[in-house]
Amino acid sequence: MDYFLSEEQDMIVEIAQQITNERIIPNRAELDEKDEFPREILNSMAQADLFGVPIPEEYGGFGGGCMEIVLALEQLGRGCIGIGTAFAASALGIYPIIISGSEELKQKYLPPVAEGKKFAAFGLTEANAGSDASGIQTTAVLDGDEWVLNGTKQWITNGGEAEIYTVVAITDRSKGPRGASMFVVEAGDPGFTCGPKEKKMGIRASSTTELIFKDCRIPKDRLIGRKGTGFITVMKTLDSSRPGIAALGLGIGQACVDEAASYAKQRVQFGKPIISFQAVQHMLADMAIQLEASRALVYASARHIDAHPKDMSKVSSMCKVMATDMAMKVSTDAVQVMGGYGYMREYPVEKMMRDAKILQIYEGTNQVQRNVIGQELNKEYSRK
Amino acid sequence: MKIIVCVKQVPDAKDVRLDPETNTLAREGVQSIMNPYDQHAVEEAVSLKEQLGGEVTVLTMGPPQAEEVLKQAISCGADHGVLVSDRAFAGADTWATSYTLAKAVEKIGTFDLILCGKQAIDGDTAQVGPGLAVRLGIPFITCIQKVREASETEIVMERMMDDGYDVVAVSYPALLTVVKDLNVPRVPSLKGKMKAKKAEFTVLSAADIGAETACIGLAGSPTQVVDVFPPKPRGERSILTGTLEEQIEQLAEKLAVYL
Repeated sequence: MDYFLSEEQDMIVEIAQQITNERIIPNRAELDEKDEFPREILNSMAQADLFGVPIPEEYGGFGGGCMEIVLALEQLGRGCIGIGTAFAASALGIYPIIISGSEELKQKYLPPVAEGKKFAAFGLTEANAGSDASGIQTTAVLDGDEWVLNGTKQWITNGGEAEIYTVVAITDRSKGPRGASMFVVEAGDPGFTCGPKEKKMGIRASSTTELIFKDCRIPKDRLIGRKGTGFITVMKTLDSSRPGIAALGLGIGQACVDEAASYAKQRVQFGKPIISFQAVQHMLADMAIQLEASRALVYASARHIDAHPKDMSKVSSMCKVMATDMAMKVSTDAVQVMGGYGYMREYPVEKMMRDAKILQIYEGTNQVQRNVIGQELNKEYSRK
Repeated sequence: MKIIVCVKQVPDAKDVRLDPETNTLAREGVQSIMNPYDQHAVEEAVSLKEQLGGEVTVLTMGPPQAEEVLKQAISCGADHGVLVSDRAFAGADTWATSYTLAKAVEKIGTFDLILCGKQAIDGDTAQVGPGLAVRLGIPFITCIQKVREASETEIVMERMMDDGYDVVAVSYPALLTVVKDLNVPRVPSLKGKMKAKKAEFTVLSAADIGAETACIGLAGSPTQVVDVFPPKPRGERSILTGTLEEQIEQLAEKLAVYL
């Protein structure tokens, strides 16, 4: 379907497509098998300016919006959402600075990320603060000209690989949600270390670690925005980034339809290619319907978000739920269409099905997304 | 450092068909690409520029749509593009092509290095690079697989041979032809693509480069293609089965017929 992309958007798609076809697809199985971080592939994305897409032009980026990042991530996701996640997490890590950072923080941190010379990561989740972010234990206390951070972040994407970390910590527990603040921590800051790489079911090319702060001292001016605005920044960050996760779901969905349909055309049983059997045709048809409907919602949501509307949270949650539930369903069905072959590691859909699961979990579980949508509906209808 | 890269637009080999009636390449509806070896030449030129400074000019001879390969080179980091285009160039063989390119290079002016792909995947002659160097009166080194060191004054390289490689050093000006082992061509950048979209290219006609009519196009080409045909299908084939001993026995029987 024609989604009327601009010439610049077409260019982003072409570049991401070429990286996916030439660099990601030939290497994804090995990176998955070895739990290996895709440093070289990320470097080729940097050379192609993809890291600059979400960063404003005045800081060396391309000044793209949600739609541009969605288009890039959809293509990367078609190849491997582990690699797509590493890329997306760097954008996620830098959003708090774009959204709430001081001019000095922007000048310092955005240009090297735009050029792809430095990677970023976003640190929110903790052992007791997943869906309920109010359970955060990590603290930051001002001591003279320095903030002192203590606590442990869990399951942080790009942990150990990023140079720039944006981290949420409690600065005043008595103030509840208004007592959280965001900070920039750099790799190598005293008292900051990353834990060992977690062993995961999927997206194994991406790195996931703990961030450990033990009397970690950082300069006073690393506070992002004003003290106590941490949660607002987090919410705005996630509202902007969730469509990107939806886009990774579109990528998996497209790859699964491609793999399953071409397999079904070749695979002969009972003397016919299995695509000629109605049972298989209907599965493929349902996969294609769900994929295209998700794509339409994700693109429409991304364009809507780029107009900075008031109902950003609801729209961003809706497209995340739909496209990632679709990715799980469609990848499961792709394995089913391909039968025993689909279950084998020699074929790519086995990895896609393992990978798809995380999309329903990270950047807010799909249950939490439904809460957000439900609460927004509740508010809307109490006004009517 | 001034580098000129010669590139050619060729039909995508993945998409090549023969016209069954004329037995020539069916070019209609076939995707055109930059000759793959030339992509490696562009990459090397751009990385030499990044290392030593200077500029990269891409040169191609072809119809107006050959601008596409110039755009591709610009999107990958080249600075300028020159299209040598004239109906009078049509039908040129490697002799006439190297003459035409030499005239165009003279028109462009000074240079330190000319890089070419080893050969084009449509004609597969590997003659144009060396031909161009001879016409310009400069040394040429073919089949470069690795650049070991490059400076403002000379370049040290590995030349691929059947049984290994030679290490060759050459001072400028010189012409090199390159093989695919040399590097991995980069993916075009977003900034590069935007630059390419706006890029305007110098277009040179036969008159612009001062080419003699008798030396260009079909008239200047001693090679004439008499016939193009697909090779005849091979004869009958069979696969031997059984144990190794049985297969050897069967093979011996088959070969005995020819004794």
